[in-house]
Formats: sequence, structure tokens, C-alpha cells
Amino acid sequence: MHNDSTAVVRLDDVSRTYRAGDIEVAALKGISMEVPRHRFSMVVGPSGSGKTTLLNLIGCIDAPTAGRVEVCGERVASLSDNALSDFRARNIGFIFQSFNLVPVLSAYENVEYPLLLVGTPAAERRRRTLEMLEAVGLSRQSRQRPNELSGGQKQRVAIARALVKRPQIVLADEPTANLDSRTGAAIIDLMHQVQGDFHTTFIFSTHDPQLISHAEEIFSIRDGELVEHRTTGAAHAHA
Amino acid sequence: MLTLKVALRNIARNRRRSAMTGSAVAVGALALLVFGAFVTYIFASLETGLVQRIGHLTVFRNGYFVFGTGNPAAYGIDGFRDVMKAIADDPVLSPLIRVVTPTQAVLGIAGNFEGGNDAAKTFLGVGVIPSQQQRMRQWDEFGEGTVYKIDAELSDDQPTRGLVGGGLSRILGLCGPLKVKDCPAPPQAAPGTPASGAPASVDLGELAGREAGATVAAEKALPRLDLLAATAAGAPNVVSLNVVGVAQQGVKELDDNYIAMHLELAQQLVYGRGEHKATGIVLQLHRSEDLPRARARLTTLFAERHLPLEVRDFAELTPFYGQVVNLFRSIFAFMTAIMGVIVLFAVVNTMTMNVMERTNEIGTIRAMGLRRNAIRRQFVAEGAFLGAIGATLGLLIAVAVVAAVNHAGLTWTPPANAAPTPLRLDLYGRPVLIVGTWLGLVLVAVVAAYIPANRAARLAIVDALRHV
Repeated sequence: MHNDSTAVVRLDDVSRTYRAGDIEVAALKGISMEVPRHRFSMVVGPSGSGKTTLLNLIGCIDAPTAGRVEVCGERVASLSDNALSDFRARNIGFIFQSFNLVPVLSAYENVEYPLLLVGTPAAERRRRTLEMLEAVGLSRQSRQRPNELSGGQKQRVAIARALVKRPQIVLADEPTANLDSRTGAAIIDLMHQVQGDFHTTFIFSTHDPQLISHAEEIFSIRDGELVEHRTTGAAHAHA
Repeated sequence: MLTLKVALRNIARNRRRSAMTGSAVAVGALALLVFGAFVTYIFASLETGLVQRIGHLTVFRNGYFVFGTGNPAAYGIDGFRDVMKAIADDPVLSPLIRVVTPTQAVLGIAGNFEGGNDAAKTFLGVGVIPSQQQRMRQWDEFGEGTVYKIDAELSDDQPTRGLVGGGLSRILGLCGPLKVKDCPAPPQAAPGTPASGAPASVDLGELAGREAGATVAAEKALPRLDLLAATAAGAPNVVSLNVVGVAQQGVKELDDNYIAMHLELAQQLVYGRGEHKATGIVLQLHRSEDLPRARARLTTLFAERHLPLEVRDFAELTPFYGQVVNLFRSIFAFMTAIMGVIVLFAVVNTMTMNVMERTNEIGTIRAMGLRRNAIRRQFVAEGAFLGAIGATLGLLIAVAVVAAVNHAGLTWTPPANAAPTPLRLDLYGRPVLIVGTWLGLVLVAVVAAYIPANRAARLAIVDALRHV
């Protein structure tokens, strides 16, 4: 793996408060953290601790109420909505708990979609899409629509879709939560493998012990506060 | 390309919903096209009938249009043959004109005193040159057929012949001799009561007999009317008219007063031995679209030659035409508005449901980097496709309906017409109606889709991703 220690994500005293009627709910309270580049990082904590909110801020799909968020060296608060969309299209891949594939597109078209957003030429697009489908073991299912795929296959397509544009960061929110343990283990192995192949920074939110065992960096959150950050030896163990 | 692909696939995915919405658009298109075709037919039919009868433009002496109908003799066009020649020889007008012909309006009293009859009635007459009138009635720019039948009974070399309105023939007791169907005989007047409408002190038959040179030998077997009118000089004048037939008029007031005769006879009645003039010079053009150009040129021509003449078009001379056109346009506009609202609500409803169902998908593709505008485009494209599919379906059904109606041999009596005419729907060759309806409905669908599309584009990504 790459030994690049520079942070790909920097959060400085970040808070996020939601308003529900007259009640304000603080989802994150003054979090400061740095996520190192090219690592398998996990944000862990119980349900409602603020894991998803933190991933949303890192993924530039939500804005902090206070504090500063820097992703891939860019202060995202300064970007317009269109610039932020373009930034996400180039730099960030998403893997969702419920796969979130576009139902009217085939596996191939779902994987190809991010490349269309960044204007990749047709020939290059085709080559990379097929390469990614091959990497996740779905070459034979490329023409199938999501409703014709199993849960594991859908998540493989989602992984391929997240990685096909070679983003700097892949954010995965509870990626194994909707899979049985055997399929979940296979998906974890796959993500670990492609992370090694593509030198991408993976940031997960999870409370799946099986997944946590693969973490190189663990950020523990409780009640919206970062309570622990530790580096493990998992990278060497799984490399 | 991706936008179109996703749009079409989503329409196919929600088959039943798309079919319902497409059907609403199709019904809208069908209704507008069929009614539009009917309205187009009405307009073309009315215009054809009027142009066949009174031409596109009529030249009058200044003031005739406002005051002259009460005293046509006072508003005759001096040297009308020179004016006609100037019009016919004009290099701008010449290629536009199909017929140039004079007319003479007459007001007077018509009496039938033959065979024991003693009936008289005021009349409204028009003198024409039969051959030119017949040529005018062959004008058929829109392929509507002859709305007004050609008066074959009149001819240029029979100046004493004439036609009367159905009502006038009934009032003057001509139904029997003219063999008019469904025409009752007038009731017998009570002893000592003067005949209807006739001044008791005037015996027209006797007066006609006294007028030197006014009467023309009656043709055997044709009923004769004596026509009395005041000449331009103010003296009474009488001529005899051999009635060859009935020309039914669609408006009762006209039908009860109408007499058509040869121009010469009308001029003889109005001007006697004085200079014969004409109250109008009728111009029939090859194409109606040349009307503004011809009118402008006529106005210029009269100004250049210092002629005290004015020009009126057929719509001005027949206010009924404008009223019918406005009525049908209003109905069509009202119908268009209703259909537009139905299509609008149908598409808004469908697209709102689509947005709700695909909220999570919207959040996902926005997170992946799709811009707000692209989301807007996506849903607007779906609305446009729904509109286009529905409008195309409606157009195809309308074509079938129009073909069926046009081949069914249906007839109807248009407003102000006396006889039934074939009912036709004019859809083919009407690109403005077809393209306008199609584009209009697609545009309504696009506008309707824009509302939910905009809502979809403005969704917060995290809220959309949380949506279940």
C-alpha cells in the first residue's frame, strides 16, 4: 500500500445541528479530525451517535452549522452548488447501505453513470466500466437490471460504480448492513482488495464487528463527539 | 442521451400510470384536432360561400357603405366601366384578380298582378352580370365545393329574367307557377282590405303599362313581376321581371325581400334613360391571402386618380361572418383552455408521484455529482415524452376519425345557408392546427412537469437519501 500520510479529509471544530420544529438537535459537536490518505478508515459508534452525519459532511452532501471542512485540499464551504456537484463527481464515490442503484439502468449502465458525469470519452468509458465489472466479478451480469440481481451482486455493482471514476475518497455508509454475514464478508474482502488495487481512501460508517476488524484507522463517535481515534495493524494483516 | 434513455425507461416502467396520463393527453389532442378541423371547415365554408356570392372586395362610392343602402341611386359610381378597366389593367392588381364585375342595388316595390293575383311587397334587389356571377361561384380555393349554386336560369342575353327569394315568392303568390315545395298559398284578403304591403292608390300593372320603354315583353309560361322604384332623378319607374326561379336565402329577412336580376334591368329601373351607373364593383381574387395587398393597391390607385371611391372586404360587408368566426374562435379557445388544464393536472399528478417514488434515487445521483439542472431536465424530459406520446396518439386517432366522418356522407345546414351541404372536417393540409395542437400539448406537459421537476431539483440530498 501507499505510505502517504497527508490527510485527505480535515475537520476543524465541526458542528452540525438539526432543527425539528422548536427543538434543536446537535448531531455533531465540535469535531476535529484528520483522515489519512489511502487508508481503510472506520467511523464507529452506536446508532444515533452521528456517524452518518459525519460521512455526509465529508461527502459534501451536507454543510456544517459551524467549523471548517476540507476535503482533498478543498475548503468545500466556498464552493457553489454546481461546483460542489462537480467536485463530488470527480473526487468522491458513495456506497450505500441499500445499494441505491438506478433501477431502470443495467449493471453496466449503473457502473458507467459516474463516468458520464465527468465526461469520460466513450471508448475509455467502456473499457473502464468493463474492467470494474470484471474486478467485482459481474461481467456476466452486466446487462441485468438491479431487480434481477441478488443483494450481494447489487452491492458489488455499487462498489464498481463508486470506484470506476477512481475517486480520491469512497464513503460507505453501513455497506454490509443489508447483507447476510457470508455475503458481507465477501463484500468486505472485495472492498479491501479494490482499495489496494486502486489506492483509494475508504471511509466507512459501521458497527459491524466483521468490518471493523479490517480497519486501519478507527474514529469512535458517541453523542456527536469524537471520543477516540486509533490506528490499528489491520492493514498489514490483510494486505 | 442518458437523460432521454432514463426518461423513456421510467415511462415504460410505470406503464399503467404513463398510459393513463398519455390517454388524457391523447383525448385532449383528439378533441382539439377534431373540433379544430370542424372549425377550420366552418371558416373555409363560410368564406367560400361569401366569396362566391359577393367576392373578396367591393368598390363603392364614398359614403355608400354608411348611408347608401337607403338610397342606392344616389351613390352610383360615375364611369364605372372606366374604373373597372383601370383596375383590370393595373399591373399589380391584374395578376391577383379573377373576376371584376359591376353590381347595382335596387330598393322598390314588387307586384304580382297576373292571373288574378293582387300582391305587392317591398324588395331588395341586386343587378348582376349572370355569366360573371356564375364564374364567381366556381371559386373554390379551399376545395369546399360550391356553397351557392350557380344560377343557370339567368343568362347575359336574357336581361328580363330574374330570381326571387323563397319568402318573397310565397308572399307574392309565385309558389304555384314556380313549383316551389312546401310553400303555402297566401290567405285571401278580407273584402276592402288592400293587398299586403302595396300602396292602395298605386296599380303597378297599370303604371307598368304606361311607362314608355320600361316594360319588356313577358316570356310565355314565366310568371311576371312588376318592379317599381324611384329613379336617381326622383321619378317613379317601373320594369317587368320574368321570374325564372327561386333563390332561397338563409336569413328570413333577406329571403322575404330578395330579387336577383340582370344588371341592365336594375340600371334601367334605377337610372331610366339617364347615365347608367353601378353601386359596386366586385373583385374576386384568385387567393384570399392577396386581399390586403389588393385592397392597399386599390386605395392607392383611387387616391392617385382622385376618384371618390372606397373599398370594403367581404367580412365588413357581412358582419355575420365576423360574428360566426369570433364565436367559433371563442369556443375553440375555451375548449383549448379546458384541455390544457386537464393535461396540466394529469402530468403534474403523474410527475409528482414519480418524484416521490424516486426521491431516494434523486438523492443518490445528486450525491454522485449530478447537478440540480440535470435533475430538472430529467423530469421535464419525462413530461415532454408523455406529452409527445399522448399527442401523437391523439393525432393518429384524429386522422382516423376525420377520415371516417369525411367518408360517411354526412350533411348539415351551415349558419345563414338555406340548403344542407356536405359535412367535412378539414384536418389534412392544415399544418398550423396539427403542429400547433401537438406542440401546444407537449408544451403544457413540459410546463406541468417543470413544477415537480423543480421540486425534485431543490431537494436536500441528505433528506432525499433518508426518504423511504
